[in-house]
Amino acid sequence: MFGNMFKKKRYLFEDEGVMVVDMDQTAGRYYDEAMKKLEIESYQGDEMVVNMGPQHPSTHGVLRLELVLDGEVVKKTTPHIGYLHRNFEKHAENIPYNEVIPFCDRIDYISSMNQGMGYALAVEKLIGLTELPEKVEYMRVLCCELNRIASHLIAIGTFGLDVGAITPFLWAFRDREQILDLLEWLTGARMLYNYIWVGGLAREVPDGWDAKVREFVDYFEPKMTEFNKLLTNNHIFIKRTVDVGVLPEDVAVSYGCTGPVLRGSGVKWDLRKDEPYSYYDKFEFDVPVGEGKFGPLGSVLDRYLVRIEEINQSVRIIRQALDGLQQHKGQDVRSAIPRRIRPADGAEAYVRSETPRGELGYLIRSDGTDVPSRVKARSPCFSNISVIDDISRGGMIADLVIIIGSLDIVLGCIDR
Amino acid sequence: MVEGIGIVLLKLAFVLLFVLNFGGLLTWVERKQSALMQDRIGANRASIFGIRLIGLFHTIADAVKMFTKESFRPVAAEKFLFTIGPGISVFFALVGFAVIPFGDVLIIGGKEINLQLAPLNIGVLYLFAVAGMAVYGVVLGAWASKNNFALLGGLRASAQMISYEVALGVTIIGSLMIYQTVELQEIVRWQGGTLWGWLPKWGVLMQPVGFILFLTVGIAQSKRVPFDAPEGESEIIGYFLEYSGMGFGMYMLTDFVETVMISAITVTLFLGGWQVPYLMADGFHFPWGATWQLENWAVALLQVGSFTLKVMFFLWLQMTIRWTLPRFRYDQIMRLGWKYILPISLVNILITGLIITLLK
Repeated sequence: MFGNMFKKKRYLFEDEGVMVVDMDQTAGRYYDEAMKKLEIESYQGDEMVVNMGPQHPSTHGVLRLELVLDGEVVKKTTPHIGYLHRNFEKHAENIPYNEVIPFCDRIDYISSMNQGMGYALAVEKLIGLTELPEKVEYMRVLCCELNRIASHLIAIGTFGLDVGAITPFLWAFRDREQILDLLEWLTGARMLYNYIWVGGLAREVPDGWDAKVREFVDYFEPKMTEFNKLLTNNHIFIKRTVDVGVLPEDVAVSYGCTGPVLRGSGVKWDLRKDEPYSYYDKFEFDVPVGEGKFGPLGSVLDRYLVRIEEINQSVRIIRQALDGLQQHKGQDVRSAIPRRIRPADGAEAYVRSETPRGELGYLIRSDGTDVPSRVKARSPCFSNISVIDDISRGGMIADLVIIIGSLDIVLGCIDR
Repeated sequence: MVEGIGIVLLKLAFVLLFVLNFGGLLTWVERKQSALMQDRIGANRASIFGIRLIGLFHTIADAVKMFTKESFRPVAAEKFLFTIGPGISVFFALVGFAVIPFGDVLIIGGKEINLQLAPLNIGVLYLFAVAGMAVYGVVLGAWASKNNFALLGGLRASAQMISYEVALGVTIIGSLMIYQTVELQEIVRWQGGTLWGWLPKWGVLMQPVGFILFLTVGIAQSKRVPFDAPEGESEIIGYFLEYSGMGFGMYMLTDFVETVMISAITVTLFLGGWQVPYLMADGFHFPWGATWQLENWAVALLQVGSFTLKVMFFLWLQMTIRWTLPRFRYDQIMRLGWKYILPISLVNILITGLIITLLK
């Protein structure tokens, strides 16, 4: 039906005589080839191939999806990645350990504090640095959790955009702005902080910063209630999301999904609880999991609700971390930073940590110099996006869009 | 003869200016109201000699921008249909206003002027015919773009329009049964009376269910949130995907004009059109017995003002809905139209008929 769309001869730049193109030939050939490549046996000419992205408002970056559509219904989704590949791993092999941290920040630029944290933990394990000043540990937790809230605010805000509600997105950004202001005061940067260093922190904590964080937390909690009233409890919103993109538990595990995507399917797995690093074992917090309250477990709505609840839990952690920080105010955050990092030849360390998007792992191998011989980053988004074909098949384009939103991918994290 | 043509031209100018100004102003209202709702400042950069006037100049700046931008046409596009698509869209959105009465009768020099552009005896039917044609602009423009996303938008628009066209007609049959006419000026005059001597006999009181259903269907008809699936900017970008410059501008204008249109029809059918409570042709007659004599011109002015105010209220309401709700999915819109709104309005007709028969 749609194959006939280009059944007309057209000439590009005819008057200059530059190029003569037979539209029928080109379009038709591409169509047939694409169909052949996708090997759809039942192809009767009713499907159309649509290229979604890399320039599309809802692919959350430069993701390209090749869709086979039957009308509105998605028959096949093929993600194409690599548009934001920046050679992180090769870069890391050529620069000293400390200087890798800014590149780590750029892997997942939405939650770069957590990225730097993961790398610092890995290097600390590599060189056997286990005892850090209490202030450093509390500050690290504080920064990571603030950053987690900021990241989740983007996730739920843009998810609102995908569903078609614009106001929640701007409310989320308004509150995120406060976090960015706090982190800017602390680190000097709004996005790529380069703050958590191996063995310590880059800068001393400014006077009065923790009081401002407390002020923000008090301001923020009622705002979340307001947000829930506007979006989460909306009838249309629940109807849109409740039975879409259902990701069963076993599929999630077999694809290696982590973070809210895995927890949305009902698996209680959070590295902060199950394999605590830093001071996470000292805090009281719950690990929210999808409950399937309104429909099947593991739906888009469950993943969204997990993020909403995680924000509340992060607020809880921040309150406790602020109390902890209060007792160790006098310490120097740079005292434990090693002068030079030169691990033993052949030393290897793999550390995983929980970022807002899931499990981030760094494998670092040393060859005895001050430059790592191999740094491998295991990104959560890459595993999470791989389920897209499984869970979007049979849905509509509108469903596909909110499924991408619920996976909360960052293309920098996928491509590295 | 010349006098008659002059009066018609004047009325035409008034209606066109009314509609187009409201449509243009709505771009500003939309920006400013969304900004208020979202804790932002909103558009306030455009200035003339440093005068900003809370961003009102953005309306002009927008128009200038639209006109001066390159109007790009894809190579594969169907030349003729691609060009006239936006025109069809705007045309059918505008002509509907011909039958909307914006006042009663104005007497100038002994001559009675009916404040309605075209007193058609099939008023309501004409409105729906025109509203039904508007979708052609969308579908043709979408198809002629030769873009799969635009085509999807066009398909969504046509499917949505067909389902809501039916519901749009059925929802107001109850009201028409009460009014006993389809001429819009007559409908408004009917709503001038009072119930039990003090309550204005507006359609919203006679047909509350019909009113809510009609407003819902009307918003769906104007393709705005939560029924903006044909546009769906986060999914398929919309049927106007390949348009730029004024082509896109005209589609956008259609959107706003249709918003004004839906408000005007709702006001006419359910909120007494130009009626002001207790205002008769010669002045106010309050239910407690007091009267206040007014000249004819003052009455006409009050009526036009009342109509404008009511339209503005509904514009505000639509904007608020637009910036609050998420979007329905395409199949949910279909389901809502066919499985909920249509049966409810049929039941509404049944009950209305029953009550009318019993009261006779």
